[in-house]
Amino acid sequence: MSKVFVFAEHKNGALKRGAMELLQAAAKSGNTVVGMAVGTGADKAAAEMGHHGATEVHILKDASLDAYNSELYAAAVASVLEKVQPQILLASATSTGRDLFPRIAARMKTGIASDCTELNISGDNVTAKKPMYSGKAFANVAFENSPLKIVLMRANQLPVAAADGSKTATVIEQTLAKPDLKTLVKEIVKGTSEKLDLTEANIIVSGGRGLKEAGNFKLLNDLADVLGATVGASRAVVDAGWVSHGMQVGQTGKTVAPTLYIAVGVSGAIQHLAGMSGSKVIVAINNDPNAPIFQKATYGIVGDLFDVVPKLTEEFKKVLKH
Amino acid sequence: MKIFVCIKQVPDTETKIKIGPDASSIDTNGIKWVINPYDEYAIEEAVKYREANAGTQVFALSVGPNKRVSESLRTALAMGADEGIVVNAPENIDSYSTARALAEVIKAEGGADLIFTGKLAIDDNASSVSQMVAEFLGMPHATVVSKFSMSPEGVTVERDIEGGAKEVLGLKAPAVVGANKGLNTPRYASLPGIMKAKKKILKEIEFASLNIPATDTKVKYTQLSLPAEKPAVKMIAGDSSAQVAELVKLLRDEAKVL
Repeated sequence: MSKVFVFAEHKNGALKRGAMELLQAAAKSGNTVVGMAVGTGADKAAAEMGHHGATEVHILKDASLDAYNSELYAAAVASVLEKVQPQILLASATSTGRDLFPRIAARMKTGIASDCTELNISGDNVTAKKPMYSGKAFANVAFENSPLKIVLMRANQLPVAAADGSKTATVIEQTLAKPDLKTLVKEIVKGTSEKLDLTEANIIVSGGRGLKEAGNFKLLNDLADVLGATVGASRAVVDAGWVSHGMQVGQTGKTVAPTLYIAVGVSGAIQHLAGMSGSKVIVAINNDPNAPIFQKATYGIVGDLFDVVPKLTEEFKKVLKH
Repeated sequence: MKIFVCIKQVPDTETKIKIGPDASSIDTNGIKWVINPYDEYAIEEAVKYREANAGTQVFALSVGPNKRVSESLRTALAMGADEGIVVNAPENIDSYSTARALAEVIKAEGGADLIFTGKLAIDDNASSVSQMVAEFLGMPHATVVSKFSMSPEGVTVERDIEGGAKEVLGLKAPAVVGANKGLNTPRYASLPGIMKAKKKILKEIEFASLNIPATDTKVKYTQLSLPAEKPAVKMIAGDSSAQVAELVKLLRDEAKVL
């Protein structure tokens, strides 16, 4: 039996959805699932990891791991990997995962498949599928010469069943041998919203030039609040300085894959369509019936967004109460 | 001080992707190649630093088929880089081999005081090379960087993390910095810049001459496919109240996403 190692991200001990997806996928493969969690709340996360399929969880409760530091995390993960010697490593393609695991791959002289949307594990063999050119094509990723196969999965791509409280994991507490750090985290400036990042969001409400001015993003924020959605934007409005680049969806922004994507006043440049094409259901609201966004949409409304969006917000409020 | 800027050539973002006959790569016929957009911020930051700090040299470095990659290096030279280095390598070598090649060349050129890359390349969206180069050279790194400064104490960067949050990091130089949009506004290559670039050194190195075994490929992209065709859009007619009511009904009962 092979060992699948899952690096689980959590918030104060509450597992992120992506971590649950990976643990359950690993457990389903029939392999031994070994987890790892770090920072304050790692013990709480470890208990939850057991409920999702891990049989053994390594924790480092050191509070210095509460803030991500690439060197410190690399040292911590590498030291546990040496002890566990897994054949496969799964982590989420989050800001932390994407920054950390290429460094680990180089250190372990092994391969990494980044930003994947499909995962197939069979024994110690693993293949993955990932979008290329921001979703204009897809590729299968196969590993070669890789003693450890590292796959970074996007969130919301795999099913999550309810936690099984009867399953528990053996928790092993590790200590951290701190390397001489060349990286110092000086300050973390919180974002204006506490919403999920676009790459993790299940529902996205996105705005384009049709909104006419920055202040009108309030219409989208109101709609997003009702839906529990994250707000995105087209490149045009980011370049105009209406919203920050972190909100940009597209080939020079974020590639997203929510269940529901509502594009408001977005005409649909090829770069934007590429970035959002992984969305399951796409709603387009635009006053131009010839806007390219309608070619990718599931449902289309030709109309004045300043009239449609507030009504839509009200309608969702009514329906979602029941 | 020596700054290296690692750049990648990618298909222009307007490109409609077609799968090539081997199904493991795209059909490159008629593709317009450009510098990866994030790498332009990397070049600009390096050139800006050089302009403000006499005695700095900026080397633009790229791995890929010599014939076309050289064009992007010429553009980087026209933007103000001092020298170009191309590692002539086959198409589509993986991030690991690319990073190894970059690290080997930087070592052979006497090492770097600072390395800039883009935060990721928009073709495979892997965001791996900067971190791997840093690891191979024993340097700290920061990716997704939208503010940069350097003093004798080291490098200070601001990087964008999730949900609009930002992180301020101090890195001991030499370090690798992956540029994000917002770091600066890349300049266009001016005509005098293009004329000057023609006289600048563009060194060629064969990938095969580097001390990297051919078996070092770690991942392969195979079976490229195009996204599934979406069913035709369902347009919702009526006045706005009727449209809204119908849309919400469809999302709930037909698409089942609410």
